[in-house]
Amino acid sequence: MIGGRRGASAHAGGGEAVVVIDDMRRRDLRRRLNKYWMLYIFLAVPVVLLALFHYVPLYGIQIAFKDYRIGVGIWGSQWNNFQHFKDFFGTPYFGRIMRNTLLISFQRLLFGFPAPIILALLLNEVGSIHFKRVVQTISYLPHFMSWVVLAAILTEVLSPQRGIVAYFYTLLGKQPPNLLMEAALFQPLLILTGIWQGVGWGTVVYLAAISSIDLELYESASIDGAGRLQRAVYITIPALYPMITILFILQTGGILNAGFDQIFNLYNPIVYEVSDIIDTYVYRVGLIDRRYDFSTAVGLFKNVFGVLLLLLTNAVVKRFSENGIW
Amino acid sequence: MESGRIPAASAGPRKPPWMRRKTRGDVVFDVCNAAFLVLFALSVVYPFWTTIVTSLSTEKEATEMGLRIWIRDWTLNSYRFALSGYGNVGRAYLNSIFRTAVGTVLAVIVTILGAFPLSKRDLPGRNAVTVFILITMFFSGGLIPSYLLIRSLGLIDSRWALILPSLAAGFHIIIMRNFFMTVDKACEESAFMDGANYLQILLRIIVPLSKPVIATVALWVAVGHWNAWFDALIYINSEKKLVLQLLLRRLIQEMTLLSDPMNSFMASENTRIPSEGVKSAIVILTIGPIVALYPFLQKYFIKGVFMGSLKG
Repeated sequence: MIGGRRGASAHAGGGEAVVVIDDMRRRDLRRRLNKYWMLYIFLAVPVVLLALFHYVPLYGIQIAFKDYRIGVGIWGSQWNNFQHFKDFFGTPYFGRIMRNTLLISFQRLLFGFPAPIILALLLNEVGSIHFKRVVQTISYLPHFMSWVVLAAILTEVLSPQRGIVAYFYTLLGKQPPNLLMEAALFQPLLILTGIWQGVGWGTVVYLAAISSIDLELYESASIDGAGRLQRAVYITIPALYPMITILFILQTGGILNAGFDQIFNLYNPIVYEVSDIIDTYVYRVGLIDRRYDFSTAVGLFKNVFGVLLLLLTNAVVKRFSENGIW
Repeated sequence: MESGRIPAASAGPRKPPWMRRKTRGDVVFDVCNAAFLVLFALSVVYPFWTTIVTSLSTEKEATEMGLRIWIRDWTLNSYRFALSGYGNVGRAYLNSIFRTAVGTVLAVIVTILGAFPLSKRDLPGRNAVTVFILITMFFSGGLIPSYLLIRSLGLIDSRWALILPSLAAGFHIIIMRNFFMTVDKACEESAFMDGANYLQILLRIIVPLSKPVIATVALWVAVGHWNAWFDALIYINSEKKLVLQLLLRRLIQEMTLLSDPMNSFMASENTRIPSEGVKSAIVILTIGPIVALYPFLQKYFIKGVFMGSLKG
């Protein structure tokens, strides 16, 4: 449309045409505003809500750099020259929560990330569509439950007095351990129950990618003598690369999110040493100890660090393949 | 955007001939694969199943060690006790229903109000508002600034603290806008020429044609509300406004502490500690609505994955 107007202006020549175009645009704008006025009233509702509940907290982040006093408010509080950050790096908790956050996330990446890919490949090899559907439907179930419910169910399964795990221990003639209170077992337990909860739902995107693979590829490969394993390795897995890359970048960017809901509902003071992560620490110092400004600083540190990691992974992945999020 | 492809459709019941020939290795693999998948499915089902069994068993049986696969003496005592005797399960149930129902209806309305104007390509200011919304999806103020906001609004211990902050969600608005953009514009324009205003067009044309996306967003929001507990933990103080998830959480915390022998002396002092059966009954009551709607939820959640992956 703009191209057409340019052509017309070249024909009429000079500044006069610009005025005409401006005038047309203005009239067009007025016409559209006139036509759409009601839509702006609609739009005002979500815009006001987002401004209040998303932008006002963004403004509140500044208390991370201030000595927040409730009496004088966010704006009136004094800047404190990054004291909260200095304090945070100096506390003995800094080492503990960084170590736990990174260790738990890294194990989730190492064991949890490939799990849905493997499950999707295994499901893809199933011949009976009914059997496959039943397994899929069951595997999605924990995705729809809160970690409060899952923790309630899992503490029962893992209970040293009544659980099935303890039952197997007694069958072997051993004393059942209190699994949720053993520091050495707590992180593996988090990873395992995390996989148990998320693996089924994680297959949805991979199975969708598999279903879009051209069946002729498999056919010609098997005519050429490729067995099942070879077809999976040379056709199915390469078709999943773009999806794997995107999800890998996103998970690496979220590496400082070690799973607040899960940990918060399963941990207890006995295993704090191996399970206290940045998010649980932010909650405890912020809302239990009421150190609002300090807690905000720790949260901000985590978010900034996360964004940097996301950018870094994306850059590294882009260097080695064409895939990337942007 | 047609209805999302169901992933399972790939391997049709009729297999092409090249898949029918099987070597011995293939058969061995198939058997191992099926066995593994059955074990995996059992590992997901067993914890839920044993909770149902425990909730219907007598107290003596519920506290015994062992595989709990079937109910020997069954009783509804745990449910009776949960709903009448212990705590405020009934009231917590109503509180959860309230936040889910009101929160979902309002959130869907707000989402539609945001999505419809943004689906007009020639709406002046559309890009600016879209950017304003996208920013909220990538940056957040975090726990404490949000808490301080709720406090300064005077919403501490108000049910609205659980509903208002999540009414407008950028992701939902964008997903719905993308769907609205695929709705045929011709019939909308002719309605406008005939003198209909945009509210009438929205209600009579757009909403009826967009049921799949509205259902998807509504179910996302509803499941989110039903499962939410953290906001109630930090914003709600009074017992009578407690939601079900939080009631359950409190219970488990008390029981986990007691399962440690070091703390067991507390058991005699604290008489509010309920039994295994009652705890299981509360779990079943909590997940009941989700399980009842499960086939439906699963279908629309899968649809949602596909709507989310299409960029607009």
